[in-house]
Amino acid sequence: MTSFLDRAGRPRVVVTGIGIITSLGAGKAENWKRICAGESGIHQISRFPTEGLKTKIAGTVDFLAAEPFSSPELSEQLASVAAHEAVAQAKIGGRDRFPGPLFLAVAPIEVEWMQRIALARDSGANDQATYADLLRSASSGRFRDYHERFTFGSVADRLADRFGTQGSPISLSTACASGASAIQLGVEAIRRRETDAALCIGTDGSVNVETLVRFSLLSALSTQNEPASAAAKPFAKNRDGFVMAEGAGALVLESHESAQARGARILGVLEGCGEMADAFHRTRSSPDGKAIIGCIHNAIADAGVSPADIDYINPHGTGTPENDKMEFLGVSSVFGSRAQSIPTSSNKSMIGHTLSAAGAVEAAFTLLTLEHQRLPPTINYHVPDPAIPLDVVANTARDAKVFRALSNSFGFGGQNVSLVIACAPA
Amino acid sequence: MAESEREAWITGLGIVSCLGEGPAAHWDGLAAGRLVVDGTTFAPYIIHPAPRIEFDRQIPKKGDQRQMEQWQRLGVYAAGLALESAGLKGDVERLARVDMIVAAGGGERDYAADAKILSGMPSAENPDIFLNQQLMSEIRPTLFLAQLSNLLAGNISIVHGVTGSSRTFMGEESSGVDAVRIALARIAAGQCEIALVGGAHNAERADTMMLYECGGFNLKAPYRALWERGPDGGFAMGSMGAFLVIENRRHALARGGRPIARLRAAVSARTRRAAAPLDTALTAMWDGIVAPVARADLAIVSGASGAEPATSEERAFLAAHDSVPVRTTAGLFGHGVEAQFAMNMAIAALVIERRQLFASVDRSGVEKPHRGAISRVVVTSVGHSRGEGMAILEAIG
Repeated sequence: MTSFLDRAGRPRVVVTGIGIITSLGAGKAENWKRICAGESGIHQISRFPTEGLKTKIAGTVDFLAAEPFSSPELSEQLASVAAHEAVAQAKIGGRDRFPGPLFLAVAPIEVEWMQRIALARDSGANDQATYADLLRSASSGRFRDYHERFTFGSVADRLADRFGTQGSPISLSTACASGASAIQLGVEAIRRRETDAALCIGTDGSVNVETLVRFSLLSALSTQNEPASAAAKPFAKNRDGFVMAEGAGALVLESHESAQARGARILGVLEGCGEMADAFHRTRSSPDGKAIIGCIHNAIADAGVSPADIDYINPHGTGTPENDKMEFLGVSSVFGSRAQSIPTSSNKSMIGHTLSAAGAVEAAFTLLTLEHQRLPPTINYHVPDPAIPLDVVANTARDAKVFRALSNSFGFGGQNVSLVIACAPA
Repeated sequence: MAESEREAWITGLGIVSCLGEGPAAHWDGLAAGRLVVDGTTFAPYIIHPAPRIEFDRQIPKKGDQRQMEQWQRLGVYAAGLALESAGLKGDVERLARVDMIVAAGGGERDYAADAKILSGMPSAENPDIFLNQQLMSEIRPTLFLAQLSNLLAGNISIVHGVTGSSRTFMGEESSGVDAVRIALARIAAGQCEIALVGGAHNAERADTMMLYECGGFNLKAPYRALWERGPDGGFAMGSMGAFLVIENRRHALARGGRPIARLRAAVSARTRRAAAPLDTALTAMWDGIVAPVARADLAIVSGASGAEPATSEERAFLAAHDSVPVRTTAGLFGHGVEAQFAMNMAIAALVIERRQLFASVDRSGVEKPHRGAISRVVVTSVGHSRGEGMAILEAIG
């Protein structure tokens, strides 16, 4: 008899639906084809003029009509595309009814410049505009839709309606680890037997001039604008920062028992989740790598396996000098000399850093990697960094036998989350 | 393992609002109807401002204080009070295993920079390029980190050393309810031993006031008591920080933690308010977690914020349960949005601890005098535009 419990006696959590949208395109097929071909989705920004900015490139998603344009509007649409694909693949639920909760990783939401300018214009304050003028316009009742659109819960609320998820949807942020946290919350809910299924989405459509400037002022972004496709250089010696990008990843998680009972195709197993917060600094990891190491150890222990059982790493791999150095420290501390021979490839070299979505997008790519037994490349890896001796699957995809993968996500504010994902049981 | 082994206790609380800081200031302030409002800074809007706080007492490094905006300082301060109250302050090993769930909005904007940009916009030759130039020169690099939603949690890790895990929920009032709900569920399932849960809110902000005013939710002068605002009422935002330490019973006993109240249940709901009456959701939650244990020693701490029509609808629900004494808080310390539920949970925990209800100065008839002993308290949350929640706390032993 098949056991539906994991090594710790908890309900095993499997994946039955996957959805992806990135700057490379919509859908798994398109994304997988292009990522394995080593194509880059990074391009010159056309959404807004970049004159006067140091960074003029991003992996924006420009092929969805999000009108009137705003980050929450685009984030919602991206999430919707990814979730539709995942739910359709899982063939789960009834019409407009998903039989479980929604966990949504979404960028923090705020009123944007277009709205501030509209409020200022409406007030007639002209060249003396202050927040008192904006408030006066706000009280007119003509801007009710701003309240609806720019509250933090708005994206999840609309997705909950669209997909008919159950209960109060959770919007969360753990910065650049958010997508992985959304998956972790889903795994935990299924393990608690609160639900048989969960819809976990990471989405980010927040590339606008102010978010770009914010990261730029922290010197986090690559400024190698030409050619755009060569800007993201994870683990290379000449890496100079990450490239902001948009996208969404969605997973339908289910208890193994429930998935099997309804005859669903199992795409992979979410074996373990680990986290550990870092108390060292707001943007930098503790120099001893303690929290990263602890996070990876926790994920592997939660999966009930050992480091020797991991045979592929989908790293955070942003391409900032700091992240890649610290991630190597973490990985080499956990895996020892084996770290140099575990194939590792950063999706961010092609799709950029999808921020709040990254953990979910990359978990989705990790699942495709396991399904296809093919490792996507780390492109732009032409100048190896001798301080980071990893097998980075340089520049071209590679066939390989891989059964179990580690996916890392790290973020500002000391956020670290790792996931252990395995092939579907034979 | 027996169910009682997994039960969750509140073993620490840290609260700060316009009424002051700590249990006594809040108890006395609520009982006396102590009114602290600022009706001039944002006239005609009314807010409940933060008290004078010696942040050094919980955030010793000035450098840390400078890196935060007020909402983060309020939260980190309250989190420190909660850890202190739970006897965890400085307990490095235990703090490294505390799981944190923070309910947060975002940080405030640089008003001067925004005003300068908006004022220059009409005469700019190319408004888009003008915006680029201004943002590159006007934004303080560190402001971003003071604005990011998850950086309240990040600062708590840095200042207090809480590093077991760090999760930030967003989504106005719902985030506060779900933070408590998930923490409790994790403890009950053995996924977590001890959690720090709460949030913070800064009311002295024109930008969030602007957002809520777009929806017409702010209370305008004159100030009126909560139940006397009527259908044209609104909420007065309140500055506050509120954190709870929630841990499993066995863990608390093993470390000699002080039990304040048992967190029996916490649930949330999502009503499509345009289509369904709020009462349906509130009644379903009540029937699920309160009705089975409703006795004469029950009281309600209502999270009614003053927002309409939510507050009038909650009032009707309370009227249907008028044998249970009710108290509200938002009329006195304001509405703290993400932080409101944790704040009201803390107030409910104080009621449990003292086994009595604080007095009320309400004259509407909703909040009646009550002398009997209280050993169970229901806390409600009805979001100003979405999200409902309820929790029940009870006396231990």
